[in-house]
Amino acid sequence: MRFALGKWALPLYTVLAFIYLLIPIAYTFVFSFNDSFKSNISWRGFTFNNWLNVCGEPGVCDAFGTSVLIGVVSTVLATILGTMIAIALVRYEFKARSQVSLLLFLPMATPEIVLGAGLASQFFNMGVTKGLGTVIVAHVMFCLSFVVVTVKARVASLDPALEEAGSDLYATPAQVFRKVTLPLLTPGIMSAALLAFALSFDDFIITNFNAGPVDTFPKFVYTAAAKGIPAEANVIGSAVFLVAIIAVVLVQLNSARKQKRLLAGK
Amino acid sequence: MATEFVARGSNLDLVGIRKEFPGFTAIDDLDLHIPAGEFFALLGPSGCGKTTTLRLVAGLEEPTSGQILIGGKDVSHTKPHERPVNTVFQSYALFPHMSVLENVAFGLKQRKIADPLKRASEALDLVQLGHLAGRRPQQLSGGQQQRVALARALVNRPSLLLLDEPLGALDLKLRREMQIELKAIQIEVGLTFLHVTHDQEEAMDMADTVAVMNKGHIEQMGAPEKLYDRPKTVFVSKFLGQSNLFIGKIVETSANSLSIDVVGYKISVPKDRAEKHTGKIAIGVRPEKADLFQNKPADSSSQNLIGPGEVKDIRFTGVSNQFLVDVPNIGLVTVFEQNEGNSTVELGDQVWISWKVEHSFGLADLPADTLDEE
Amino acid sequence: MAFAAFGHSGGSKSDFKTPRKTSVKVAMALLIPGMLYLGLFFITPLVSLVVTSLEVPDGSGEIGRYAYGFEISNYWTVIETYWPHIARSFFYALMATILGLLISYPLAYFIGVKARRWPILQGLMLTLVIAPFFISFLLRTFAWKQMFANESLIVTTLQSWGVLAPDQYLVGTDFMVIFGLTYNFIPFMTLPLYTSLERLDIRLLEAGSDLYANPAKVFARVTLPLSMPGIISGTLMTFIPIAGDYVNASSQFLGSSETAMIGNVVEANFLRINDYPSASALSVLLMAAILALVTFYVRRSGTEDLL
Repeated sequence: MRFALGKWALPLYTVLAFIYLLIPIAYTFVFSFNDSFKSNISWRGFTFNNWLNVCGEPGVCDAFGTSVLIGVVSTVLATILGTMIAIALVRYEFKARSQVSLLLFLPMATPEIVLGAGLASQFFNMGVTKGLGTVIVAHVMFCLSFVVVTVKARVASLDPALEEAGSDLYATPAQVFRKVTLPLLTPGIMSAALLAFALSFDDFIITNFNAGPVDTFPKFVYTAAAKGIPAEANVIGSAVFLVAIIAVVLVQLNSARKQKRLLAGK
Repeated sequence: MATEFVARGSNLDLVGIRKEFPGFTAIDDLDLHIPAGEFFALLGPSGCGKTTTLRLVAGLEEPTSGQILIGGKDVSHTKPHERPVNTVFQSYALFPHMSVLENVAFGLKQRKIADPLKRASEALDLVQLGHLAGRRPQQLSGGQQQRVALARALVNRPSLLLLDEPLGALDLKLRREMQIELKAIQIEVGLTFLHVTHDQEEAMDMADTVAVMNKGHIEQMGAPEKLYDRPKTVFVSKFLGQSNLFIGKIVETSANSLSIDVVGYKISVPKDRAEKHTGKIAIGVRPEKADLFQNKPADSSSQNLIGPGEVKDIRFTGVSNQFLVDVPNIGLVTVFEQNEGNSTVELGDQVWISWKVEHSFGLADLPADTLDEE
Repeated sequence: MAFAAFGHSGGSKSDFKTPRKTSVKVAMALLIPGMLYLGLFFITPLVSLVVTSLEVPDGSGEIGRYAYGFEISNYWTVIETYWPHIARSFFYALMATILGLLISYPLAYFIGVKARRWPILQGLMLTLVIAPFFISFLLRTFAWKQMFANESLIVTTLQSWGVLAPDQYLVGTDFMVIFGLTYNFIPFMTLPLYTSLERLDIRLLEAGSDLYANPAKVFARVTLPLSMPGIISGTLMTFIPIAGDYVNASSQFLGSSETAMIGNVVEANFLRINDYPSASALSVLLMAAILALVTFYVRRSGTEDLL
């Protein structure tokens, strides 16, 4: 009896842990179908209206659009800057290596509130008006280190002989980068970009300090929380969740299939 | 920048090459001439500078000083993509994001040579992999990947093909097969091959000329059989096969031979097989050139003789029996006897060792552990 | 999602031995834009924060107008005024980190060690661990608030059982804030733990049970020490953001004025009452405390190569 319990305790625990992790997601999803009136607090009946008429709630779609715009611009900038640093760190020898590493590590070890307040105080001292630009500046800053860490792992796993083979086979340094290095780094760069977008899209604290009048989706939710978050926000949250989770599962299945094909080929 | 599509190999000349890395000198004043169409092997232990030499020729490193000439043209400071040289990398370095065919066609496409895919398939046929053209490199076995790497380099008809331990990752049986194949291909395409390896059998088996490298310089260079028959330094005598060395002072010099005194034994070597003719010298003999005798043979001026010594170890390797004999005051001497099924020597027996004077060789230097009491 | 990256970075060096290229020009061209960016928008803001923290009212009597000064006493003032918030922040962060570790370890162990035989299940479970990241942090937290709201089924049930007094509620209590903080940062703990447990050689466990026999001893002497890098990065990666969080503790979400943390004070001072020096002084204190903690931790554990 004791033996059987020991065998099943861990799987059972795992199931419970996942239920715990997923409860708020389920809650958000369920309440996106609530036939709510003003605040979306108690269950009043099932409806598709919130999904069919997402933008019905004033401001929510604008906030969502702003978040996507900020996310895309910040991701592109952070990914370019971060990839350059990652390549330099792995492939080149230079003196200030440990200082560079420290400078990249610190933003990740700094609480968001300090990052947010610091930038806000700098903008204030310099007399910069807060807006879309200041949010993007802030987002690129805190995404940068995460891009470097992610791409760096990929560069480190890339055999330098591949690039040497490229130049040995008559490719100029620029062609080697375009035809060999970049395609091989793409998976790493893509996951770095996705990470940066997710960080930017979901950021509230740093954004709140530097957005001024600009309303992002998390800011909208925060403001709305005082009187109850409208069901339309649940719709957007749930939709983003579904898109992301489907994308991740597809990528996983695809790589599992590739793995199988490679094994079968041998 | 694109080089002409030559079909024949070129000479390679290294003149006074020196390569320093922070903290150490990898290559110290290296001169080397490799004639067109030759299969040349650079042999040496790891860290001897052979791979650095190869990378210098490929253009992947720049020499600190000295000149690199390919077909008489100075390429010392040109970039790798501007050199008419191709490399088979140790890790093969096949592009994982391209098919086998695309890998082989890569260099041709870079140089905008007509019909790259057709030429690439022909090159794959040459290495018997035409049927795998559409696969990804990761789907091939190690031996197949090695052949793709070879085809990818050969298809460009380089003046010089560089091979960086290309067989190192293969198991012994496959390695022997690939050695034969590689040699056959070299004869067929007639290119200059520069092959870097630490495997002495591989070097001797395939190369027309072998250069033995040690600590950044070439110790000795020549045809494999010459190198083996007449090593000139202690390092070469030990790295290329095995040698028994006897150290003594030259006590007698005649018109065509010299003799040294080794704790009372007189050991002779033909004058033209000795690197020096006065003072202290190391004289060597290969274990398979020596014979064992259970009774003392008669003295002869054409034979060197030492003994008696005690048989300390007998190793049976199939083709031969290897004996380790402890000769008083001299130390351990190794003797290989062909396994003809009639050996009666046993462990602990007292034996004499004898070999022809003409099989001795006199070295230019002394083993590092020799005490210098002139 | 972010800090998961840490789990993979434990001292990762290039896998290949070819010497690094020495072209300083190219290296600088690749590095300078990003470094300049961090200098301009990470380092100078920190300096700006220190400068602001020492400012004094400019004498105009208007709210939010300050002049340069060197008023170190600003720090004593904020410590005196806000020490309960400071203490509370670190207490919450400590509790939530410990709870997070206790909840995450068995989960990470199951995914990283027990589920190795089924890679697809392993991948699926990992996706589930990071699934909360795909839905807004604020929506997740708000969902808990609704579930534990004063009229909710959970609270009325607990009241009818007598666990809670008839006029006792959950939202706004220390318990609720710690609950929310724990929940929100579990993936940051689980992923680094998973990464180090996933690398654990099962043969070592077998050798351990061969030598120590008792599963508890094998865990204490083999599994736990070998997963230490994961525990270190996991606890750092949860403790730091929790100490600076203010969403969970705010009265719109799970807290009340009784649960305000450093973050809430900074937010209020900076964005609402425009007391920039106090907000900055508190931020600098928080940053200093975190840096001291990280340095201590890294020194103790020897994982200096965090990036």
